[in-house]
Amino acid sequence: MSLPRFEYISAKSLEEAAGLKAKRGDASVVMAGGTDIIPLMKDRVIMPDYVIDLKEIPGLQRLECVPGEGLYIGCLTKLRAVETSEMVRKEFPAVAHAAHCVASTQIRCKGTMVGNICNASPSCDTGPIEIVMNAVYKTVSASDPGREIPAVEFFTGVKKTALKPGELVREIYIPQLGPGEGAAYSKHAVRKAMDLAIIGVASWVKMDDDKIADCRIAVGGAAVTPIRAHSAEGILKGRQFTDELLERAAVAAAECCHPISDVRASAEYRADMVRVFTKRSFKKALQDMKPQEGRRTE
Amino acid sequence: MKRVIQFKLNGVDTEAYVEDNVTMVNFLRQQMHLPGTKRGCGEGECGACTIMLDGEPVTSCMMLAVEANNHDIVTIEGIAKDGVLHPVQKEFIDKWALQCGFCTPGMIMSAVALLGRNPNPTEYEIRDAIAGNLCRCTGYAKIVEAIGAAAEVIRKGV
Repeated sequence: MSLPRFEYISAKSLEEAAGLKAKRGDASVVMAGGTDIIPLMKDRVIMPDYVIDLKEIPGLQRLECVPGEGLYIGCLTKLRAVETSEMVRKEFPAVAHAAHCVASTQIRCKGTMVGNICNASPSCDTGPIEIVMNAVYKTVSASDPGREIPAVEFFTGVKKTALKPGELVREIYIPQLGPGEGAAYSKHAVRKAMDLAIIGVASWVKMDDDKIADCRIAVGGAAVTPIRAHSAEGILKGRQFTDELLERAAVAAAECCHPISDVRASAEYRADMVRVFTKRSFKKALQDMKPQEGRRTE
Repeated sequence: MKRVIQFKLNGVDTEAYVEDNVTMVNFLRQQMHLPGTKRGCGEGECGACTIMLDGEPVTSCMMLAVEANNHDIVTIEGIAKDGVLHPVQKEFIDKWALQCGFCTPGMIMSAVALLGRNPNPTEYEIRDAIAGNLCRCTGYAKIVEAIGAAAEVIRKGV
């Protein structure tokens, strides 16, 4: 289980790292926490000549909630920091929970949230919640000033993202929840820790009185990327919330998945669990909803 | 490639000459002659190689030795102070919280990290803190008990 030979480069800036990545292409790999790339190198899935480490670049550990805007998470911000931050737990409980769902304390103390999305595992825990909360990934690039990629457009395949060669994610931006809005992520795995999701479902909802004004549902582990369950959202939107309506939407969410059978679960089981966990995450989102404007909280 | 790294190892300023592709666990065991840190799965799954990086528990098989440059590393060898065992170590012995002992250094590192930030953990918080440490003898009940007892000792300031 030794590592292949490579040259380690500690980048001084994100621009330098992006430039190096653009120049070296597939002969190089970018490392933040390293918890995804080190096992890949040990297994000889990747054998880069250069490992470009971002860790010593200052100023990339941002974890800030800007009032009226939302949450900013830098590309070196550890999952552990996101999970344990009182501010994130209070204002973005679903994000803190999704961060906690990843692996173990030891991995979260090293691994970053940006790394978790850039690794683009179909069952990644932080993708679905970022998709439903309309998160945006701000990038830097070797050749241009960088851009903003909506989370829903970021995942393009198994371990594939919309990032171009030499483009790196600098920061995640997650908009603040407004009045009457709630979000939640529900993961299904055999163990509570150190286990990949069999499936995971994230929900975001905006309520107007008892009516579902708007909603978004995203499913992880049930297709090559985390996906939006548009048909399920269509069933819920504009209607009064009832358990029967949610059951219909949950069935629709299960039908829009394309899960595989593997060591963790069969495709049929995954689809059925998407149905179950769509209901759980949607109800949790309702439960954690911010009070609606002009309504008293009990 | 080889390079010089400077870091703090168990409280001592240390300089070493390391290969880029050497993991922290191999570096500690083979080059620093600190075999207390165990190498289990080598994939970050089992937690046997848990060390403290800047006060936070990490699996040292998922870390390059070069990443230690300018950082603070504590291994199981640095937990006892001046020959006095840490309360977690003492309670592991008193409560029989080890069988074969292979997971023990990692378990203790995770437990010390937990109690450092939360000296009054619930049983759930203890189990969550060691969720990334596997005990193949399955002696979890005693381990959880020992960590709870150590927390009490720390709270009382004995």
